[in-house]
Amino acid sequence: MTWDWEFTGRIIPDLLNGLAVTVQATVLGYTLALVLGLAVALVRRIPVIGTAVFAVMEFIRCTPLLVQLVFVFSLAPNTLSAFTIGVAVLGVHYAAYTAEVYRSGIEAVPAGQWEACRALSLPLHRTWGAVILPQAIRRVIPPLGNYLIAMFKDTPLLFAITVGELMYQASQIGGVYFRYLEAMTLVGLFFLLVSVPSAILIRQLERRYAAV
Amino acid sequence: MPQSDPRTSTGTHEPLIRFDQVVKRFGSLTVLDRLDFTVDAGERVTLIGPSGSGKTTILRLLMTLEQVTSGVIWVGGEPLSHRYQGDRLVRANEKHQRRVRKQIGMVFQQFNLFPNMTVRQNITEGPIHSLGISREEADQRARELLEMVDLSDKIDAHPAHLSGGQQQRVAIARALAMRPKILLLDEVTSALDPELVTGVLDVLRTVAETTDITMLLVTHEMQFARDVSHRVLMFDHGRIVEEGPPEQIFGDPKEERTKAFLHAVLD
Ligand SMILES: Nc1ncnc2c1ncn2[C@@H]1O[C@H](COP(=O)(O)OP(=O)(O)OP(=O)(O)O)[C@@H](O)[C@H]1O
Ligand SMILES: [Mg+2]
Repeated sequence: MTWDWEFTGRIIPDLLNGLAVTVQATVLGYTLALVLGLAVALVRRIPVIGTAVFAVMEFIRCTPLLVQLVFVFSLAPNTLSAFTIGVAVLGVHYAAYTAEVYRSGIEAVPAGQWEACRALSLPLHRTWGAVILPQAIRRVIPPLGNYLIAMFKDTPLLFAITVGELMYQASQIGGVYFRYLEAMTLVGLFFLLVSVPSAILIRQLERRYAAV
Repeated sequence: MPQSDPRTSTGTHEPLIRFDQVVKRFGSLTVLDRLDFTVDAGERVTLIGPSGSGKTTILRLLMTLEQVTSGVIWVGGEPLSHRYQGDRLVRANEKHQRRVRKQIGMVFQQFNLFPNMTVRQNITEGPIHSLGISREEADQRARELLEMVDLSDKIDAHPAHLSGGQQQRVAIARALAMRPKILLLDEVTSALDPELVTGVLDVLRTVAETTDITMLLVTHEMQFARDVSHRVLMFDHGRIVEEGPPEQIFGDPKEERTKAFLHAVLD
């Protein structure tokens, strides 16, 4: 099979649409994972409720994302779009991981910081909001960034529930023209084009925030 | 001998701090064993004693960083470790402790400044969010205190850019910004390079001379303790072995254990 440049040119617009959906799903899913993960990390500190939440998160971490996607997709009411379900499942799945990252960040804040808050009788919302979380989050920016790239690379799984992301577009093209070489090569290339600069950016953040 | 309820006691002489049969255990280790002592308002008291004798624990109990195992701690005639439920003393809850401990400030060995805030924010955070005073007033207070600790030019610096001695002086300003009645100082110069100790001690001397804040200090700086304190308590195994004015404790100790301890630190 030889590379067909003219064919490549024709499929690029569709693939770019797919890439846009992929990026959207990643950004939305990641935002959800960041917010939900933080909420989970905080709720986990509450007795009983925290243990229950921990068990649910452990369950999510122990089952494959693909299975979760297909399972939720098949049960969800069809008023929800595949894209919405995809984003929600991605976000919740990754929240199970970001919650652990936040937790380690919170635990890494020295006891002396809590004691200083107490000695100043700071209200709880200032202790968390102005002292503990800013220090905890700063420490975990690099691992959180790694999950952004990991999630981005997991978005092709949304293909399984018919979300029109990059992989979905490529396989549609392949199915219509019986040519996969160009489309799949471009998919790989697009992923590289986004992942590599992101990884470099995250390394830079890592260097900047490494020393607290 | 448990002392009487100060609400029913007569006379005006109510000590500012009172430990009443205070026991503190960590697991099976008894750190404080039915400890009784009082500190008057305006008094500056130095706690000395060998490592592990319970000095830090006493300060941490007062700051409510630890809770008593039994016994009662009183501050200004009010229970700190407990609260009244009708006529009965029950364990204090967080709300009660928050209110009572606002009279108490602490400076830590490791400074414990907030690294994510500037010097100004470190000092104004408590007054604004805990005492509820206005930002302008808190700011004004911060500037006055920074002048006192001789760090006016560092007001917008981050702690990481300050020397240990400077950080500790900011920490003293932060504690004073809360206008505490009681200041707790736990080996505040122990983590400093020797050449930075004097600056911090000078600031504390100024605080001692210019305010009537009650101070409880733990220090290995014997000359400083001698100069600023009214009274020295010598601890061993969570009990007071000997107490007296600094001239007597340092110059003419009566107890063998005090002699041995002073001998060891002064060498
Ligand atoms: N959180 C804790 N858990 C268990 N044991 C503790 C705890 N805090 C203190 N201790 C123990 O209590 C004892 C008294 O400790 P404390 O820190 O009050 O002594 P100290 O007089 O301040 O000694 P130093 O001069 O070394 O600072 C020590 O044996 C210490 O190991
Ligand atoms: Mg100590």
